Amino acid sequence: MNKLINSPQTLLADALRGFAAAHGQLSVDFENRIVFSAAPREGRVTLVSGGGSGHEPLHSGFVGAGMLDAACAGEIFTSPTPDQILAAAIRVDTGAGVLFVVKNYTGDLLNFEMAAELAREQGIEVASVIVADDVAVEDSTWTAGRRGVGTTLILEKAAGAAAARGWSLEKVHMLAERIADAGRSMGAALTSCTVPAVGKPSFDLPEGEMELGVGIHGEPGRKRVPVMSAAELSHVLAESITTDYDFSGKPVIALLTGLGGTPLIELYAMFAEVSDRLKERNIKVARSLVGNYVTSLDMAGCSLTLVGADDEILDLWDAPVNTPALRWKD
Amino acid sequence: MPETLTIDAIQQWLNRFASEITTQADWLTELDSAIGDADHGTNMVRGTAAVVAKLDDGSTSTVQELLKAVGMTLVSTVGGASGSLYGTFFLEMGRNSPSSVQLDASELENALRAGVNGVIARGHAAVGDKTMIDALEPAVTVLSRSLADGRQLHGSIAAAAAAATTGRDSTEPLVARKGRASYLGDRSAGHIDPGAASATILVAALAASVGEGIAR
Repeated sequence: MNKLINSPQTLLADALRGFAAAHGQLSVDFENRIVFSAAPREGRVTLVSGGGSGHEPLHSGFVGAGMLDAACAGEIFTSPTPDQILAAAIRVDTGAGVLFVVKNYTGDLLNFEMAAELAREQGIEVASVIVADDVAVEDSTWTAGRRGVGTTLILEKAAGAAAARGWSLEKVHMLAERIADAGRSMGAALTSCTVPAVGKPSFDLPEGEMELGVGIHGEPGRKRVPVMSAAELSHVLAESITTDYDFSGKPVIALLTGLGGTPLIELYAMFAEVSDRLKERNIKVARSLVGNYVTSLDMAGCSLTLVGADDEILDLWDAPVNTPALRWKD
Repeated sequence: MPETLTIDAIQQWLNRFASEITTQADWLTELDSAIGDADHGTNMVRGTAAVVAKLDDGSTSTVQELLKAVGMTLVSTVGGASGSLYGTFFLEMGRNSPSSVQLDASELENALRAGVNGVIARGHAAVGDKTMIDALEPAVTVLSRSLADGRQLHGSIAAAAAAATTGRDSTEPLVARKGRASYLGDRSAGHIDPGAASATILVAALAASVGEGIAR
């Protein structure tokens, strides 16, 4: 597998170096692998997220005014460590408290939980929100529960805007929980991803087949089927998500993210179908975003996320944001 | 005179753990590639090598300090769920050890029990969930029972290591209920849990070090 890297061992460090070189408005702590925003945070609540690397632009690409204050980068597909997360919390806390945005994977949960304990020992107020929106995983007490995917981005955007407006930690946390509860995602892979250090595809997916409900680390999905057309797949994704949550009667924020290896032209063709499927179900898409936002290295495929919103969430979504991967003005 | 485990023997235990992890890294990774994400061997080698380096710098002088330093080192170098769980094990052992240069049998038993309880609390796992607890819990239970029966520390730790091995092997037919393996559902059965495998190496290394390191 050809990779544009120096070596698998230095890939993360090299990428952080490049990130710093490309985005001079952010500061990068190379030792702790944290990307910090330069946005003023005097007296307000701050947001810290992070996770395994390989999902770029999540999370580093969402650091900046109106979104995250810091993002901790773990090794590829491996959660960041508590000392890293603690260092981020110490640096961004203003005394108003820190919200940890955590995706529901065992490693992330345990490390953010330890970091929260360590931060509280140092007098930092911490609240955590856990995103578990992947309907492909059975939500059961007998599993690690649903994985966290696309809802994370929408939550980070809206909660970041709320923090920028000076909301209290309790209010930002409640908003974040509300968005996490109202978000659902489902994805499909056309190819496996290849972890550079492993050098071969994480799973074997023969030509002509696709994996429905795949995870963003190459976890197996619901089932393997012959490759579908965009129209056929849109039925499956829309059906899986909308039977799990009632989106009727509320404005919806829709995200169609590529998984890293699918060109934008295919994603837009896919979104045309998705948009029709939602119209057929009388679901009103108030805002939408299409592109590679929550990825899985070089995996081909896509993941659809819908978040049931309201006027307040839409207003926060529309608020100005200035990050490497998401940027708009009023 | 009661049996004690000196700080040197504890250091030897951790050095032995590191070298056994290195020897068995490929096997751990192979187990993890069947039901996880194929990095358990690599991550544990990185973490235990950092522990050896930390111990070599000689910055810790009591058992409590040493075990806490080991915990923090594992937390910050292993990553993922394993780093947090192994780190919690040693941090809790340290918090429940005396500020002295040795542990007697009951102090070691208390520290190990606290370490295992810490892992259970952190991971919310129970015996039968197909995790490292399946090896650790029976090991400390057997250790306590054996010491209560009046057996010596050496024999009791050996029995604990045997119990860990049995516990590890018991994970093979189980369906995982925790961690990434649980996404596989029934497909996780038929494989030994990699965390239970590395935890068994930990207890076996302790048994070997106790065998050599007891001051009588």
